Amino acid sequence: MSSETKQILTTDGIPLEISLKKAERKNKIKAFLLVAPLLLFLIITYIFPIGEMFTRSIDDKMITNMLPKTFKSMETWDGKELPSEEVFASFLSDFKILVEKKEHGKLAQRLNKEKNGFNTITKKLFRQVKRNKIDETQSIKEQIMKVHKRWRNVEYWQAIKRTAPPYTSAKYLKAMDMYLNEDNKITQVSEDRRIHRILWLRTVEVAFFVTVFCFLMGYPIAHLLATLPMKYSNLLMICVLLPFWTSLLVRTASWMILLQQQGVVNDFFVMIGLVAEDNRPEMMYNKVGTYVAMTQILLPFMVLPLYSVMKTISPSLMRAGKSLGGTPFVAFWKVYFPLTIPGIGAGCLLVFILAIGYYITPALVGGASGTLISNQIAYHMKTTLDWSFASAMGLMLLGGVLVIYWLYNKLVGVDNIKLG
Amino acid sequence: MFKHQMSKNTEFVKFDKVDKSYDGKVLVVKDLNLNISEGEFITMLGPSGSGKTTCLMMLAGFETPTNGEIYLDSNPISNIPPHKRGIGMVFQNYALFPHMTVYENLAFPLRVRKVQKDEIDKKVDKALSMVSLSGFESRMPAQLSGGQQQRVAVARALVFDPAVVLMDEPLGALDKNLRESMQYEIKHIHENIGVTVVYVTHDQGEALTMSNRIAVFNDGKVQQLSSPDKLYEEPVNSFVAEFIGENNTFGGEVTDISKDVCKVKLQNGEILANPISVNSKGDKTTVSIRPERALINPKDKMDNNQTGKIEEVIYHGDHTRVRLDLLGNKEFILKVPNSSNELDLKLGNEIKVGWNSQDARALDPK
Repeated sequence: MSSETKQILTTDGIPLEISLKKAERKNKIKAFLLVAPLLLFLIITYIFPIGEMFTRSIDDKMITNMLPKTFKSMETWDGKELPSEEVFASFLSDFKILVEKKEHGKLAQRLNKEKNGFNTITKKLFRQVKRNKIDETQSIKEQIMKVHKRWRNVEYWQAIKRTAPPYTSAKYLKAMDMYLNEDNKITQVSEDRRIHRILWLRTVEVAFFVTVFCFLMGYPIAHLLATLPMKYSNLLMICVLLPFWTSLLVRTASWMILLQQQGVVNDFFVMIGLVAEDNRPEMMYNKVGTYVAMTQILLPFMVLPLYSVMKTISPSLMRAGKSLGGTPFVAFWKVYFPLTIPGIGAGCLLVFILAIGYYITPALVGGASGTLISNQIAYHMKTTLDWSFASAMGLMLLGGVLVIYWLYNKLVGVDNIKLG
Repeated sequence: MFKHQMSKNTEFVKFDKVDKSYDGKVLVVKDLNLNISEGEFITMLGPSGSGKTTCLMMLAGFETPTNGEIYLDSNPISNIPPHKRGIGMVFQNYALFPHMTVYENLAFPLRVRKVQKDEIDKKVDKALSMVSLSGFESRMPAQLSGGQQQRVAVARALVFDPAVVLMDEPLGALDKNLRESMQYEIKHIHENIGVTVVYVTHDQGEALTMSNRIAVFNDGKVQQLSSPDKLYEEPVNSFVAEFIGENNTFGGEVTDISKDVCKVKLQNGEILANPISVNSKGDKTTVSIRPERALINPKDKMDNNQTGKIEEVIYHGDHTRVRLDLLGNKEFILKVPNSSNELDLKLGNEIKVGWNSQDARALDPK
């Protein structure tokens, strides 16, 4: 019993614990070095870009850097009445520098986004400055106020002050069809301009139903795969995996050939007299097309985790269930099904997360009523070049996925996931 | 237990001319006729592929006979699905439901039968105490050792009071010591509750310790159906003699035959044997002698006396095995109890060996 309290020494007289740690340290360093390249790769290609995206989505530093003195002097302004002479003076001096650098146009653009009408009055001020009409020995406030009546309007100065912080949530609000109004309150845009919220809802809806369809179709296939003799299950497995080995674009294009109004499926329907020649249903460029194509493309992601879980369930369990008096349904529902839940969780999570960010397929077969939020992101990346807005939406998507993951963890437990 | 059996149904389970084929080409079970009495512990013993598990599966309802009929308590059951047969079953790898606690596992057959909650509690309690696992209700199967899982599986198969319990090599996954203690445990449970047990195994030791009767399967047929002692002492053919226990054999030809003794001519020599499946002169035969029936330097008079050369001596603790070259058979085994130590067992020594013709059974040729 005394050995429990006594320190054990190695033959060299070093305490065993220390000696063990020394020996272990080498292994730890080795292990770390082995994963280091991957860790570095992840940081560079994943964590860093996400951080970059985040800063871009909230970045509003441009104007902060354009009007440094103005914002400094505005700090003491209460924002209720017109600001003091000092503010006007520092604004003018900031403005002059911008004129020299020919950046006053950018300022006008940015301010106009905050409040309509800045374009005109900035241009007017520019002309006055260009002609050196402003006498700096006199009251600058009076002179600027004479340039345009809007410079006498306190709301415009409030708008300038609102742009002072280097960060903004405007992009996130915009993605939810909202904005900050003059009183700094979150307001919804007018109803006819609410497009993003529809897209968000549609994205979640499509992802949800694609997951449901994949589950309904994938479960029996996975079961068959897991129970068939090797000879047949390999063949079936190849059929399931075949879509994996075909280019996504080719698969989507083939769905277009099948589903379009003059396409194979419609021709067949007409041929067997299911629909009239002049009444061919539209199966593409709407949600139907998106559902069909995405379900087919994402099916393997449901089948594989299910299969790997079902493979481990001994067939004698179902037999035991039956021999103990359970009907085949009871044996399935009480014994087999609960054991497949880890696979169902993994498959559904995988399909849902992939579906929620799906891009090419909805872009090609979705049409107007079948496009998703990812198409909107791509649109802003490529067409409007509003990258910060695209970043904001991308991050919201990521946030949504994380929330789902968290919910899943709460409900089922991530430890229960089995991917293979 | 046997004394009750006189009044019981001797055809409680009845296989009537049952054939089974999986592919339509090979019969894995051929013309099987087997009656099992109520309360009996019967073991189906045989090498793998002999059809014993198929028979069990047909009785459980997971396979259908290709031909013939199985009766349970005089009712044909071929068309009754497994869950309506009311037969308990213990599977080879226990088949405990891994997502349910021990209690839920045991309650499963009762719940599907819509038994009241307090009744379930009582029965589960009783079944668990029967396998001495009281207090394990809330454990998950993965938290139990192999032996405990096995006992839970036995309790689960018995908890709903089935008329018949099937056990498909239930002890195969346990280590030797545990297997032996489980054998006794299962035997005692059977004796206490008097349920009919059909037990499948390929382990003859298991079969001999546990069963009332043993059906030795080979090649889709029952070779012999009898009590353990008869099976060992009086095998009816050379397969059974070979399969059960150890066995010394001589191949030869019958040269003379009377009512209870026959002369068999071997390659080099002649012995007297007990004619079991030989009828007339000239029949080919395999003579089988159990190792413990042949004695070294016999004191009593025996009608077979031969001399053999010691080829090998192996010490086994309680006995010593001696391999002899006797009458051209270099694999003749003798078991010598280690209490009689005055024998000079040295390699190459010639020793005298004797046995009674009664114990040398002339069976069918191999």
